Amino acid sequence: MKKGFKEFSKGIIRENPIFALVLGMCPTLAVTTSAENGVGMGIAATVVLLGSNIVISLLRKVIPNKVRIPAYITVIAGFVTIIQLILKAYFTDLDKALGIFIPLIVVNCIILARAEMYASKNNVGYSILDALGMGVGFTAALVLVGGIREILGSGTIFGIDVSFGVIPQATLFILPAGGFLVLGLLMAAYNKFTKGKEKVADCASCPIQCFNAEQGEKS
Amino acid sequence: MTKILFVILGTILVENFVLTKFLGICPYLGVSKKMDSALGMSGAVIFVMTIASAVTWVVNEYVLRPYGLDYLQTIAFILVIASLVQFVELLLKRFIKPLYNSLGIYLPLITTNCAVLGVALLNIQNSSSFGMSVLYGFAAGLSFTFALILFSGIREKLETCNVAKSFKGLPIALITAAFMALSFMGFQGMFTF
Repeated sequence: MKKGFKEFSKGIIRENPIFALVLGMCPTLAVTTSAENGVGMGIAATVVLLGSNIVISLLRKVIPNKVRIPAYITVIAGFVTIIQLILKAYFTDLDKALGIFIPLIVVNCIILARAEMYASKNNVGYSILDALGMGVGFTAALVLVGGIREILGSGTIFGIDVSFGVIPQATLFILPAGGFLVLGLLMAAYNKFTKGKEKVADCASCPIQCFNAEQGEKS
Repeated sequence: MTKILFVILGTILVENFVLTKFLGICPYLGVSKKMDSALGMSGAVIFVMTIASAVTWVVNEYVLRPYGLDYLQTIAFILVIASLVQFVELLLKRFIKPLYNSLGIYLPLITTNCAVLGVALLNIQNSSSFGMSVLYGFAAGLSFTFALILFSGIREKLETCNVAKSFKGLPIALITAAFMALSFMGFQGMFTF
């Protein structure tokens, strides 16, 4: 029970996928022009992560080691297609707002990283908890970035006006430059409070790249 | 001719893949520490994006669309791109050794570069013709290169700067990228295509 809770809670702050593991930067920057989009993207990615973690954990003894990455990608792409169809059918507005970044969940490093680093080594129960924890951490980070950008950039939060007609809006923050700026500042704040080590975003943060690099070196 | 030039310049300056579309951020932050690796990565990305645009267009037009399998796009494209990268690597290794030596180690890294899948999906979304898709793929590769090389030049200088402790590494790189994106906004509306 205690271990289970730990597996769940680690993804929220200590191993937060965005601030600590530095995974999945593209959607983090691209869709966070409002808090609502952040929630949408977070939930979509969480569902895919949960599905892929369950399936990969169940198949971890069946998938041969050599073709594991293509196998993981196929499983993930399957779940992404399901989400894509659901969003298109029932959440048309969200589908329009997230656009191309829904199919791009396939190449979101978080999902592949959890498959490679966690689900392929642990049983289904823990894999579910891990997926939920990581998903909550990812969603929380997206909502934080999205919320800050929405308040500063359009004076609203979840569409509710908080500028009271007096606070001027800095449109910069909903433009691409604002995304980089807010994320950079938040990451610095995270480093300050967790006293974390210096982050390095190299191929270590993306398992497929490491896997391929290893293969490349061998051949 | 003018149109070709407008597509290329428009994609590089106005709709830069990295700085306005947020595609390919992982390699943008990951391999920008040294100019050499940035150049190698850029070459491989231009190469793969151009070929991937052509191949995914053909797959979509002659395999998926005639059989009404449009909903399988995501799975089909990622598998096509992954196998394409492997195939290109083998071909280069066998026939064009010098090119393989300079791009070889970067080729496998771009299977999951979201800019490659992104450009394939954007081509379908814009329902471009075959020629236009290939041109857009090439221009997208160039725009990634342009941003990556500028950024790695700045980051090499940044290494020697005295930065506050909590800003070291990624945070300051992201803030630098913010100012780059800001300056690219100056090109807004310059070319339309």
